[in-house]
Amino acid sequence: MSFWNDPLKIAADWLMGIFTGWGMPEIAAQILIGFLGVFLLVALLMVLDIFLVWVERKVVARFQDRLGPNRVGPWGLIQPFADIIKLIIKEDTTPGGADKVVYNIAPMLSMMSVLILWAVVPLAPKIIGVDLNIGALYIIAAGAIGTLAIIMAGWSSNNKFALIGAFRQVAVMVSFEIPMLTMLLIPTIFAGSMGFNAIIEAQDIWYVFLAPLAAVIFLIAAIAELGRAPFDMAEGESEIVAGFNIEYSGMKFGMFYAGELLHAFTFGGFMGILFFGGYRFFGLEQVSAFLAVAVIVFKAFIGYWIIMWVKYTLMRIRIDHMLAFNWKFLTPLAFTLLMVTALMNALLAGTSPWIYTSGMFLSNVALGWIALEVARRYSRRERARVEGVVTTSRSTLVG
Amino acid sequence: MTGEQIIFLLTALFTLGSGVMVVTSRNLIHAALWLVSALFGVAVTYALLDAAFLAVVQVVVYIGAIAILFIFAVMLTRKDMRDQGPQMNTNWWFGALLSVLVFGGLFFLLQGWSGLSRTASPIPPGFDSISELGNALISPDAYVLPFEVASVLLVAALIGAVYVAFNPRSGDTRK
Repeated sequence: MSFWNDPLKIAADWLMGIFTGWGMPEIAAQILIGFLGVFLLVALLMVLDIFLVWVERKVVARFQDRLGPNRVGPWGLIQPFADIIKLIIKEDTTPGGADKVVYNIAPMLSMMSVLILWAVVPLAPKIIGVDLNIGALYIIAAGAIGTLAIIMAGWSSNNKFALIGAFRQVAVMVSFEIPMLTMLLIPTIFAGSMGFNAIIEAQDIWYVFLAPLAAVIFLIAAIAELGRAPFDMAEGESEIVAGFNIEYSGMKFGMFYAGELLHAFTFGGFMGILFFGGYRFFGLEQVSAFLAVAVIVFKAFIGYWIIMWVKYTLMRIRIDHMLAFNWKFLTPLAFTLLMVTALMNALLAGTSPWIYTSGMFLSNVALGWIALEVARRYSRRERARVEGVVTTSRSTLVG
Repeated sequence: MTGEQIIFLLTALFTLGSGVMVVTSRNLIHAALWLVSALFGVAVTYALLDAAFLAVVQVVVYIGAIAILFIFAVMLTRKDMRDQGPQMNTNWWFGALLSVLVFGGLFFLLQGWSGLSRTASPIPPGFDSISELGNALISPDAYVLPFEVASVLLVAALIGAVYVAFNPRSGDTRK
């Protein structure tokens, strides 16, 4: 047990020695060390969040064939700090008729719903806030608090655009929670546990090879949950302006914006944890805990990059199409996939890993193909029906 | 007094205070938000009892679904969010009497109960409460029948809701 394998425990023991040496009772020292740990994690996340603003702006600039921020500091690296200063010195406005307390709580709750997710994220085998045995459900519970924050923001702003944006966003989040929760159960079936550490430990073969369809559905549901394009219902410049956060100015808006970026990064991390082996990378996590953290941060950035890629490539989807897509396609597909996976898991239990993996992979691919084929047939029939209606109405006009 | 007791008392105060605010606040949305905080307090109580699964499900189901539904329903149906009428009706004294009697009765009964002074036995290491719960829910010796009955009831409610919302005269909604 050395510092390189379990740095947190070594640091905690060292601090414990210092605090008890000062005459502090052990229980108080323990609580203080716990608080320091939380403070350290949150501080690191917030600093990361500042740089995520820069990453997001640079990446979107590249996607749109621009340069992005490049004036302040080398490669524009100091730009986010300039942004923060701007946000802080902006006038903090509260719209007339707003519900002040709720209006002020909402941005905090929004940021909090993202930060509490990190309590269950395993950064390394031993670096984890708390290894809950219901980690997967915990994500959904934190998402519920985020939903609440959006509706509070939308309602308390006393603005029709904000309220409409909040309604649309919440409708999307509540709907897409269902396929997401279902897809969280698939790694649970493979690993036999909902705890993230157990899920990662069980991934000798990355789950994306066992369940590619589940990974895709999880990604779609995660993007919808984040409220990013192509599912950015809260925002719509031509219809409801900035959606639920239209009335917020200064750092309160900054909280929503930073929360959204960190949320996207976090879900990139969850993609990595659930389907791409988390902190494991060819035994690198055994060498040092710091390498494990580097691996998971790298995977989270790749997941975040994919989410950005989707956002800046695809156009928005209309809300009725989106809800129909969820309720008529994604949810039934997710439930079918869950049933097929559970059945295959029972049938293939005890067979060699090769047969198990290929069986799971083939069943996933087959199910995905069948679902796409059904959707294609349906859309063809629908198109024929609509076009038939159009031609008949034309003929009556002519006749 | 141990740390756990202090946290429990604070949680209980928070939950009960939120509960009182639910029925006394005149603004309907505020009442719904206070309800959220009361439900959250209950979730904290579950967490204190080492029932992490129940705590998380409490947040997912009650805050994530039911409270959001309440808020939606209030926002979409009420034009004025403030309640103008009197908050008590003429039977308030009867309700107060009943609640005092129930409280007194419970207090009297629980005074003689030995369970209050006992401490909970510690959970053995390696005890996985969630897999125990899962096995109990589908085991014939335990709760499989209530579980299935509840599932059938929920499906029936779902079909009923779709039937009520579906207008047969408009036929296909795809227009």
